[in-house]
Amino acid sequence: MGPLLVLWLAVFLSGTWAVDRGNFKTCDQSAFCKRQRALKPGQSPYRALLETLELTNTKLTLQLINDNNKVRLLLELYRLQGNMTRVKINELKPLKPRFEVPDVLINDPPTEPLSLLSQDENGVVLSLGADSQWLIVSAKPFRLDIMEGREVLLSLNSRGLLAFEHLRIRKDTISYKIKNKVYSAWENIKWVFSRLPKSSQVDPEGAEKKEETDAANEPAEGEVCVCVCTAKEDGMWEETFKSHTDNKPNGPSSISLDFSLPGVEHVYGIPEHADSLKLKTTDGGDPYRLFNLDVFQYELFNPMALYGAIPVMLSHSAQRTMGIFWLNAAETWVDISSNTAGKTVFGQMLDYVQGSSETPQTDVRWISESGIIDVFIMLGPTPTDVFSQYASLTGTQAFPPLSALAYHQCRWNYNDQEDVAAVDQGFDEHDIPYDFIWLDIEHTDGKRYFTWDPHKFPQPKDMLQGLVDKRRKMVTIVDPHIKVDSSYKIHNEIRSKGFYVKNKDGGDYEGWCWPGNSGYPDFTNPEMRAWWASMFAYDQYEGSMENMYTWNDMNEPSVFNGPEVTMHKDALHGNWENRDLHNLYGLYVQMATAEGLIERSGGVERPFVLTRAFFAGSQRYGAVWTGDNTAEWEHLKISIPMCLSLGLVGVSFCGADVGGFFKSPSTELLVRWYQTGAYQPFFRAHAHLDTPRREPWLFGPENTALIREAVRQRYALLPYWYQLFYHAHHSGQPVMRPLWVEYPQDTATFSMDDQFLLGEDLLVHPVTEEGGRGVTAYLPGKGEATALFCVLQVWFDVHTFQKHNGAQNLYIPVTISSIPVFQRGGSIIPRKARVRRSSSCMEHDPYTLFVALSPKRFAQGELYIDDGHTFNFDKQKQFIHRRLSFANKALSSRNLAPGSQFITPSWIEKIVILGASKPSKATLKTPDGKENLLEFEFDASMSVLTLRKPGVNAGVDWTVVLQ
Amino acid sequence: MSCALLLLLMSLALAMGTGAAVEIQRPRGVPLSKRQFYEENKPFTCLDGSSTIPFDRVNDDYCDCRDGSDEPGTAACPNGSFHCTNAGFRPTFIPSSRINDGICDCCDTTDEYNSGATCQNTCREMGRKERESLQIMAEITKEGFLLKQQLIHEAKRGQEDKQGKLTELQGSKKGLEEKVEALRTVKETAEDPEKEAKERHLKAWEEQKELIRMEKDKTRMAEAFLELDDDADGYVSVAELQSHLELDPDSDGSLSETETQGLLGGADKVDTSTFETVWSGIKDKYLSEVSQGQSEPPAPVETPQEEESRDFVSDHDSDHYPEDYAGEEDVEDDEEDDHEEEEEEEEKVPPTVQTPEKREDDEVSMPPYDTETQSLIDAAQKARDDFDEAERALREVDDQMKNLEKEIGFDFGPSAEFAYLYSQCYELSTSEYIYRLCPFNRVSQKPKFGGSETNLGLWGQWAGPEDNLYSVMKYDHGQGCWQGPNRSTTVKLTCGKETVVTSTSEPSRCEYLMEFTTPAVCQEPASLDEVLHGHTEL
Repeated sequence: MGPLLVLWLAVFLSGTWAVDRGNFKTCDQSAFCKRQRALKPGQSPYRALLETLELTNTKLTLQLINDNNKVRLLLELYRLQGNMTRVKINELKPLKPRFEVPDVLINDPPTEPLSLLSQDENGVVLSLGADSQWLIVSAKPFRLDIMEGREVLLSLNSRGLLAFEHLRIRKDTISYKIKNKVYSAWENIKWVFSRLPKSSQVDPEGAEKKEETDAANEPAEGEVCVCVCTAKEDGMWEETFKSHTDNKPNGPSSISLDFSLPGVEHVYGIPEHADSLKLKTTDGGDPYRLFNLDVFQYELFNPMALYGAIPVMLSHSAQRTMGIFWLNAAETWVDISSNTAGKTVFGQMLDYVQGSSETPQTDVRWISESGIIDVFIMLGPTPTDVFSQYASLTGTQAFPPLSALAYHQCRWNYNDQEDVAAVDQGFDEHDIPYDFIWLDIEHTDGKRYFTWDPHKFPQPKDMLQGLVDKRRKMVTIVDPHIKVDSSYKIHNEIRSKGFYVKNKDGGDYEGWCWPGNSGYPDFTNPEMRAWWASMFAYDQYEGSMENMYTWNDMNEPSVFNGPEVTMHKDALHGNWENRDLHNLYGLYVQMATAEGLIERSGGVERPFVLTRAFFAGSQRYGAVWTGDNTAEWEHLKISIPMCLSLGLVGVSFCGADVGGFFKSPSTELLVRWYQTGAYQPFFRAHAHLDTPRREPWLFGPENTALIREAVRQRYALLPYWYQLFYHAHHSGQPVMRPLWVEYPQDTATFSMDDQFLLGEDLLVHPVTEEGGRGVTAYLPGKGEATALFCVLQVWFDVHTFQKHNGAQNLYIPVTISSIPVFQRGGSIIPRKARVRRSSSCMEHDPYTLFVALSPKRFAQGELYIDDGHTFNFDKQKQFIHRRLSFANKALSSRNLAPGSQFITPSWIEKIVILGASKPSKATLKTPDGKENLLEFEFDASMSVLTLRKPGVNAGVDWTVVLQ
Repeated sequence: MSCALLLLLMSLALAMGTGAAVEIQRPRGVPLSKRQFYEENKPFTCLDGSSTIPFDRVNDDYCDCRDGSDEPGTAACPNGSFHCTNAGFRPTFIPSSRINDGICDCCDTTDEYNSGATCQNTCREMGRKERESLQIMAEITKEGFLLKQQLIHEAKRGQEDKQGKLTELQGSKKGLEEKVEALRTVKETAEDPEKEAKERHLKAWEEQKELIRMEKDKTRMAEAFLELDDDADGYVSVAELQSHLELDPDSDGSLSETETQGLLGGADKVDTSTFETVWSGIKDKYLSEVSQGQSEPPAPVETPQEEESRDFVSDHDSDHYPEDYAGEEDVEDDEEDDHEEEEEEEEKVPPTVQTPEKREDDEVSMPPYDTETQSLIDAAQKARDDFDEAERALREVDDQMKNLEKEIGFDFGPSAEFAYLYSQCYELSTSEYIYRLCPFNRVSQKPKFGGSETNLGLWGQWAGPEDNLYSVMKYDHGQGCWQGPNRSTTVKLTCGKETVVTSTSEPSRCEYLMEFTTPAVCQEPASLDEVLHGHTEL
């Protein structure tokens, strides 16, 4: 990299190793958040006008009125299939339409009829169908309660924080102009501070009322100034942050609503934040912020916004799991408070003993800058139900090509073709598998995406063919900022087609990013997306081949010289402001890119696209990573809750940069990160340009061996990973799960985020402490699942096969080679023991089945096989899905998908039964009636029975009987 | 040799497709050297002795031995290895995991017997190419080694020359030292009479000057008296003197009557004779009323000085700026440097207000020395010049010796074969930069299209592996990188006839790698036969 860029970076980036908090707004600096947060609970001006109630087959509508300003709102209530309720609130007659988020819901959610049970002047009671669930609408003040039997599950506006800033005409326009000539802005402000009572600054509706009154009278100079300055002070019509002024031609438009969750002490979700899994209360601090931002060197354990935003929160108690999906793509803040949060353990005990305690309750409040209130209340009641409910709204995880679940080698940057070849060769020399090598921005011709640096990558197809020959693949980066350069084809086409985002004055919006001055294509425009997708055709993206996939970075979008390093809110996407749909931009970029990869193969191949920015629904398009982390132990630790949080709200394909992006990891940290990353869904090493090289073999033979072993464990487990992703794709169940998802009544698990489950069968407790000599893993399962028998859950160490009982805190001494992983007793996990240099090389290899018996000598698992890379599993039902079960001393494989068909050459190589007793003989029975005796070994010390070479095809029925 | 011939014949047989008989003799993937452990129809004992299995479980695609030895020809064992005979090329082992993985690893295609991969047997071609390149390499090595002998010879001679020169210098240094001492004595001898004569002359001049000064003082006193005696009554009174504030003894800005009386020796007024004693007390402070009226207050000294220094700095900056701008230096560091320089410059600026003192002495200058004194001075000057010259000559010799000692002290390799690189530089031009390697000195990079040179490292040490220390040079402590380490360069030396930089790269940020060929690393070539056949175990 040349000296100029370095100089340039030195100018642009902070020289210190920490986030520059001053670059990003606090709630106080975000005018609408400040206005809304200043509202105090318990004074709701909203009243339901019951006489306007209309009930149709699909919905109930009702008008609400704000008694302070008489503005009317329209409430729509839907009962949705699958135990969900949708609440929509918009202005009854907005000055112009307000933004409603498109393209996130996979369809118009199917409804079920609501029935009116009773009605009086205080409100109405509606039935939500089964389970004696009611929806109560109270008229004054307006509030909604969802009840089951006599219990309130959730209430809306119970604290009276519903606030809907209606669109209005700016009444002070003319006077404002005059005033501007007379007073400087500073004088205005000073003047106001000396004149205005505090209260009128606080209540937006109140302030606005005054404004209206004043405007209605023939205004005296001074009085006009009051309203002008009020507007300025509240940031209703204009807001300045640092050197950026946000012009707000539409004025104030924010919305807010509160939710109360009785009986709830644990809430999760609303990624992306670098914070614990269990969300914290926000009293006394900033709310959690959802606003896609490129945060340089982000800090941990705070509610600051990061690259992506998924406005979905899950609540959980031992009784019930629920979800709130706040469908709004504008800047959003979420306040959380709890009536038990402040109490000490002693205080809680006292409450318990005295029986005088109020029920624990969590209160949540959502605030968004524009759009409408559109909330989906997912009523569970189990975690699985909530995942299904959310999946039915926004879709499921894209089913990735199998190889994308393998190991990825990335660095900013692999310098040239020779470098790529040398790194590829290095993996073979050190016998470490990998599937993808990545090229960051330096591979392009001057940061012009879809091009190659002519000196460094003169023959990209030769390079890609070299990878094809090794059955490996490549990812190149394609960012959404386009260099403004009239000799650049992509730019010229976007400009001539008018596809760029526009600035407030209608010209093409331009900002500063990697290539210098850049335009930002308007991905919200379907025509733009179609055109973008067409650019991935092999004849358009020169030098691309089938084994080349895509990485979308900087798609928040990142604008180096924009407010908060992103796009100006008054930039225009067609008729809508960036303000309305900011958090959607990244989703659209990935959507269009994934579509491009599908199209280029004629709809045959599954795409693989990695994105940094995301929104609800992004799971449908590929993988997400946690952005530019740092090579520090705390960042390794936070990778667990960050990916768990994403998994809870649909995005299963999540990972953190292995090794840490900024700074250089110690060898120990690098090894531990590989060991952790090997058990997280998206497994990619990445490093900043300025850091020393860190390919796995650069740290001495011992560390090379440790990393090799971690990567090999990943490859051996790929059949299980693939099966988990099939389920995530099929039913929306997360791949990486917090323990409470599988043990919802075990309160000990509710805040746990230093260990996790893969599916329900593997428990992973990575070593994330420097110099760690031991970890304490919690093995759950007391009296769970098979509640009838109240049998203990057992867990088997996957490396030693040692059996452990649940529930217990198990101290495990560790060495640098340890990766504590446990298989649940009662499960069967398929692996491929023949680890090769890439996953494609292992395609036809045989399986080894690890059968971990429950204390009742029972186990169950699955085996999923398809071609690993096309849509044929879906379109032509070309797959194998089998039920493996062990019961009554017999292990059998039965077809789970009779309608499907697929031929695999893979066979069953070995069966390892953990917790077994020694049989006298083992017989394999195949459908053709043949019976073969199997040889076996029995390790009495560990109770491990190994059946030698059943040799039966993995796709057919078979049974092994132990006698 | 006969054994090698036999092996070669077998490889030919294999290559021609008549090798089936050979193949039967050992299971797939077993090297000849281990054939005896795999005896057909006899139980097979894992090579680590861990267990014994029926022979039909060898290569049955299931791993029975912990060491992987029962599956030399399949991918079943995670730790197994497969032997490719590679007739016509070099036999090799590959990890078992590469058997039937669809990728051709063995040039004889034997690793892909059941994967559907279509592999071409490339062993003969590869063998041919390898032989060719080995031959070329061997020739290069041969010639290079000859050159190296020459280099060693030259280095030896050079070393001897230098040693000789050093000895020679040591000799002349001794002579020079003596000469310096001798001249010092001459100089000192000549300087003593010179000093005396000069002092004499000076003393006479001082005395004369004192007379003149007293004369002038009297004149000034008389002038002052007249000036002070406003009423011309022949007395200077308290009132008349009081207007001269500069005489205020306690410098409180006012001259009281008592103070004035004190100045006048307690009298109210003094006549001319008494005034003499008064005058000696006030003359140093006294300002003539005439000159007082005319003189401008002196301009504050800082102004011109500051202007001067600022001008200086900005000039300096504008000279300096373009270079710095293009360079990669940390901006902050640069600023600091500038500050320091600025301060230094300020110190160097000479004080500008010392003129008044000079004026007095200007009036009369010292008369020239008399001829006697002058000739003493001339003689002493000559002695001084001679001495200085001798001392300079000694210093030069010292420097030469230091350089020679430094050069002799360098580690130029076991036989000083790298000595010829000393004080040479070698360049390589790439698309963007010109790289410059000056062995034992520094590595640098200069942009082709303008911009200043970047230091990529200063000579550090030999950094090859223990058994081949002189194969790698390390240059470090180059220019610092933004948020990174100082630049450093590793130079890998390979045998070549020419001394050339063949490539440069930056594998990791600010860590450069340079390939450099030189005859100095050429090893004594094995005989060509050995080179060609030594690798072709079969």
